[in-house]
Amino acid sequence: MRVKTKLIIVLLSLVVGFNAANVWAKEAQPMAADPEMEKLVNEISEELRCLVCQNQTIADSHAALAVDLKNQVRDMVATGKTQQEIVDYMVQRYGDFVRYRPPVKPTTYLLWIGPFILLIVGVMLLISNLRKRRQVIADAPLSTDESDRLQSLLGADEKTVGGEGKTS
Amino acid sequence: MTRNIRFLLPLIIFIVVAAFLYKGLSLNPREVPSPFINKPAPDFSLQKLDNMSEQFSNKDMLGKVWLLNVWASWCVACRQEHPLLVQMARRGDVPIYGLNYKDAPTQARQWLKQHGDPYVLSAVDYQGNVGIDYGVYGVPETFVIDKRGIIRHKVIGPISFGILNDCVMPLVKVLEQEDPQVTPVEYKGVEGCA
Repeated sequence: MRVKTKLIIVLLSLVVGFNAANVWAKEAQPMAADPEMEKLVNEISEELRCLVCQNQTIADSHAALAVDLKNQVRDMVATGKTQQEIVDYMVQRYGDFVRYRPPVKPTTYLLWIGPFILLIVGVMLLISNLRKRRQVIADAPLSTDESDRLQSLLGADEKTVGGEGKTS
Repeated sequence: MTRNIRFLLPLIIFIVVAAFLYKGLSLNPREVPSPFINKPAPDFSLQKLDNMSEQFSNKDMLGKVWLLNVWASWCVACRQEHPLLVQMARRGDVPIYGLNYKDAPTQARQWLKQHGDPYVLSAVDYQGNVGIDYGVYGVPETFVIDKRGIIRHKVIGPISFGILNDCVMPLVKVLEQEDPQVTPVEYKGVEGCA
């Protein structure tokens, strides 16, 4: 029984998906005649968030709203609006959320400078830890016995090195 | 003491992070704060769905508290809220006007015949331009507009029984008490709408 319902759901979703695909297929994407202009349209579209699929820009998204908004951008570019004017137009309607780059203002200060604060705090912690470490592993002077032994070992080494140098 | 902090600090950081994540889970990411709240409703003049030779403008509604409900026959979630709208219309709670968004008028009329028509009238936004002006990004959306023609609240997604009773109806009652002549304007809200 369960398998049957699942199968029905899968089939239904296939049918719905197929119909949706047909709907999309009908709409050819309009393009601005001038490739320069189309480039600008794309550039602006990259800056605007699609509100239906929120992690896509309206340039990426094929949601109906994204297509409409892109057409709106194209129309506005055609009438000679600047990028700033077009972004302002969108923000006026959909809020700051529509911008892929959040604006710098009091409510977003933390968002913008937060990572740098974390970086500074991290570097400060690192430095203080390194300093502490240096104190922990401070030089312990050798006892006389040890330094004598070291001298004899080093001396022996020097001799062999020197001797080899002479023979060669 | 310092030893205690060494052990407590990660725990404190964990609790803070967990609290933020928990709060984040309860937020609805689809709810984008509307820049139109307490701003004048954008002007439009559109054909009426039931009589395409006549126009309807938001300016016709100055002096009244009303709802503008964005709907379409292709919108599945609209079916969810529709019975509630029909009920509201039957009770005469508040006039509901429809904005038929990016829809074929014949299909829209058929849909209303089938599901009931709660709207005083519906305006035809075939191109979706008025939708863009109102910042519509998901259908259904419902705007609560006051006597001055100012948008006071926006419900994104289908209106539920809870939203209606806790937010929309109390807000409508408050707005109906307002005198549009009084200045300066004081935008009172309702707790349930927060």
